[in-house]
Amino acid sequence: MYDPLHGVDGQVRDIWIRDGRIVDAPSDPAVRPDKVLDAAGLVVMPGGVDMHCHIAGPKVNAARKMRPEEKRKAEHIMRTSKTRSGTMGSTPSTFATGYKYAGMGYTTAFDAATPPLAARHVHEELEDTPCIDKGFFVLMGNNHYIMRSIQRKEPERLKTFIAWLLGAAKGYAPKLVNPGGVEVWKQLPSGNVHGLDENVEHYDVTPRQIIEATARGANELKLPHPVHIHANNLGMPGNWATTLETMKTLGDTRGHLTHIQFHSYGGGVGDQDTFNSKVVELAEYVNTHPNLTIDVGQVLFGKTTSMTGDGPLGYYLSNIYHTKWFSADVEMEAGCGIAPIEYRDKSLVHSLQWAIGLEWYLLVKDPWRVAMSTDHPNGGSFLAYPQIIQLLMDRTFREEAIKQVHPAVRERSTLAELTREYTLYEICIITRSGPAKILGLANKGHLGPGADADITIYMPNDDKRVMFEMPRFVIKDGRVIVEQGEIREVTTGKLLHVAPGYDTSIETDIAEWFEKYYSVRFRNYPVSDDYLHDHEIIGCG
Amino acid sequence: MSTTAASTKPVDPSVKVVTDATCTFCGCVCDDIDISVKDNHIIEAKRACVMGKAWFLNHHADDRPSCLIEGKPASVAEGVERAARILTEARYPIIYGLSDTTSEAQRVAVHIGDLIAGTVDTTTSVCHGPSGMAFQSAGEVTCTLGEIANRGDLIIFWGGNPAENHPRHFTKYSLMPKGMFLPNGRKDRTAVAIDVRNTKTAKAMDLFFQVKPRSDFECLWTLRALAKGIDLDPAVVKKDTGIELARWQDLMARMKACKFGVILFGMGLTMTRGKHLNSEALLSLARDMNAFTRFVVKPMRGHGNVTGADNVVTWSTGYPFGVNMSRGYPRFNPGEYTTSDTLARNEADAAMIIASDPMANFSQPARERLASIPYIALDPKDTPTTRAATVAFTTATYGINTAGTVYRMDDVPIFLRPAFESPHPSDFDVLTAIKHRVMELTNQQ
Ligand SMILES: [Zn+2]
Repeated sequence: MYDPLHGVDGQVRDIWIRDGRIVDAPSDPAVRPDKVLDAAGLVVMPGGVDMHCHIAGPKVNAARKMRPEEKRKAEHIMRTSKTRSGTMGSTPSTFATGYKYAGMGYTTAFDAATPPLAARHVHEELEDTPCIDKGFFVLMGNNHYIMRSIQRKEPERLKTFIAWLLGAAKGYAPKLVNPGGVEVWKQLPSGNVHGLDENVEHYDVTPRQIIEATARGANELKLPHPVHIHANNLGMPGNWATTLETMKTLGDTRGHLTHIQFHSYGGGVGDQDTFNSKVVELAEYVNTHPNLTIDVGQVLFGKTTSMTGDGPLGYYLSNIYHTKWFSADVEMEAGCGIAPIEYRDKSLVHSLQWAIGLEWYLLVKDPWRVAMSTDHPNGGSFLAYPQIIQLLMDRTFREEAIKQVHPAVRERSTLAELTREYTLYEICIITRSGPAKILGLANKGHLGPGADADITIYMPNDDKRVMFEMPRFVIKDGRVIVEQGEIREVTTGKLLHVAPGYDTSIETDIAEWFEKYYSVRFRNYPVSDDYLHDHEIIGCG
Repeated sequence: MSTTAASTKPVDPSVKVVTDATCTFCGCVCDDIDISVKDNHIIEAKRACVMGKAWFLNHHADDRPSCLIEGKPASVAEGVERAARILTEARYPIIYGLSDTTSEAQRVAVHIGDLIAGTVDTTTSVCHGPSGMAFQSAGEVTCTLGEIANRGDLIIFWGGNPAENHPRHFTKYSLMPKGMFLPNGRKDRTAVAIDVRNTKTAKAMDLFFQVKPRSDFECLWTLRALAKGIDLDPAVVKKDTGIELARWQDLMARMKACKFGVILFGMGLTMTRGKHLNSEALLSLARDMNAFTRFVVKPMRGHGNVTGADNVVTWSTGYPFGVNMSRGYPRFNPGEYTTSDTLARNEADAAMIIASDPMANFSQPARERLASIPYIALDPKDTPTTRAATVAFTTATYGINTAGTVYRMDDVPIFLRPAFESPHPSDFDVLTAIKHRVMELTNQQ
């Protein structure tokens, strides 16, 4: 059994489950369990927790609509007597998404970018995403009410608004995507911000102010996951300086930097030849600042779809790769960009992106502060996690893989010099215990009494990819839902959301704001309880 | 909150007022209607347009039975049993319609399609299907309607007539509203119509391009060429499009000079010669324009929840319409799995039609086939389709009698505040009952 939160590192233990939760062993030795699952010789871990993926909502669905070409030849998800049919490709249909996560031993996943105006859509899709518990982050980094509150120097109002908005959307955490940059994109041709101190017209605020103010407000609310940041300048050579500034802007407040791989590049703007890794410098900062956490956003070679709330990024990518392009600006709140992408191992840039992701896993010393992600489907599918595990646990395999990619990886990153190999215990941390802790989910990512009985049981194998691709058993809320890759029982899973308290007098002002600038009525904006399937409110504080 | 319930207290205590109710008549899905109800009749629909008023005020629950089997009154339970048998005994069952019901009901319908290895198709296949196909090849640069209201300073209506088909589009979203960056409303906007007909919409514009019929493709490519600075022969342009080159050049200059350009297009573009190639050219033009300024494009969808149907079918199966599940997994092929085709080719041998009237508007061969096979119809109203159905359910009207979710033409999900209860069951209830019976009959969970 591996339960890093309780320091259990491969010891033989019993786990007792009652009513979907893990409980203490009964003190009375006469008490017999109703059912016993013999896991002798197997590897037992908490269910996997994906803290950053794109699996539901308008953006994901637009990608499904736009890309029929990748579905016909992909694996067919057949209807069975228990399960719905579906399609794969880089953005699987909702039912397929649930089955595939569960089949891989993941039991919780968070969609990373929901415009609150579309929250109902996300709730509908998540209810149709079976087997896993789920939640979503609410886009706030280009929200006009937030920018106005900063402009007017009203931090208290901003904080109250964050609480109101999370409650109205029934979301989980504030998300900043290219703070300020998306608003500039809406205002100007090819608009964007390129640094933390550029001005966002109309509100006269800067990305730095948005980051600072939102992070402070969210931390004061004691949210379980205060702020999830997709920094400015994603994908641009030389963007590491912006990333470092973003970290510094947080000071010692808690903050999570997501898909940090895409934000760790040296080199000159528009100059591919100077592109290189700056992970050493950035990881050094993370290592010495315990308030910071990251997920990686690992790139894998192959075809996928880039999708983001970062409107200008979609335009940039579709122009450099000459692909179709979807963009949708959401009034008062957010943007969205989608473009097909193929990561090629012969490409210098793509090879370096791949290497930079791996460097992040290997250079952050404390595994509790680095979570596994591919930013599904941006860097690759969540189904690639077993492949990443193999790259981290098996140095020989990694060295072979480095030989297959662009040779510049050896000079422009430190990957080839890194000898670290992850242990099972550490893998358990970066794939479940760590993300659960970063998200503030007290009942996930561990196997102690009180935890949700979400448990994954693997057959040990020297080939770690094989081991993690097909668990022997997956248990969700105490029920065996997967055996050897086959779905045995379909559960709906529950929605995880927050409901922070706030001073309701702010609603008068928000209502006025809505009647002036939104195309829907204020009263029709908050998501009612009717949209919740099974759910759990995660407390603040 | 000055605008909500408290301020509109009715004098007559027998009148119930539902504020901020939603009109599902067209794709605008206006959610600011105040409905007054007396004795299960809507007596007022404040802020609704002409069409919306007709929708609300003419609504009365049909006193037909909730279920008819072969034209004879039957219980809903009997209808459900017969429906489930029809669907499970067929070799090529199809499910069609879906655009005028809640997304909750749509989800159940798609589930039934999966259980019976059927084909699911929506009215998208006969209206904006070509836009959907163009979307797959070009993508789309778009935005929500509030974004147009707040920023759009050049508005082009192409092959659509919102003045008559979406009456509040002008006032709420596209022409009149004072937006964040357009403090003077209409005065801050330039409005252009491009159409073969001089419509009511055209009359409300600053510029009108009455183009040659069936030349939309040439018009769009003329603009695409001008955007790229390619020289064109004035004589050819005039002959192909019916419009002087100089006028196209003037339009392109305005398109490049605006801050936030918007093209709203209708079925006048998608259902004329060129079809999805027209849509693709238009989507590409909007994309091209982003090299110069911000530009977006948006199809103006008709039916109340056709956008929801696209979304639900997509997230469930991966494809937006015309989805066949006979092999146990979804396949997509417009022209092969779309309903007018599966009927006209005599492939479909049973059908379930939800909130749609193909018997009134499909081709002769398709109608003949539908009339010859057993089929189920769900509709609040008596229609040619319900009249010829083997099993016809009279259902409650969404938005008036039932709650649920509707997706506006810009994908914004809006929920419904029903005015009063119907004596008839909802689509959701009937479909859920059929689904459960289908599961029993086919041994599925
Ligand atoms: Zn992401």
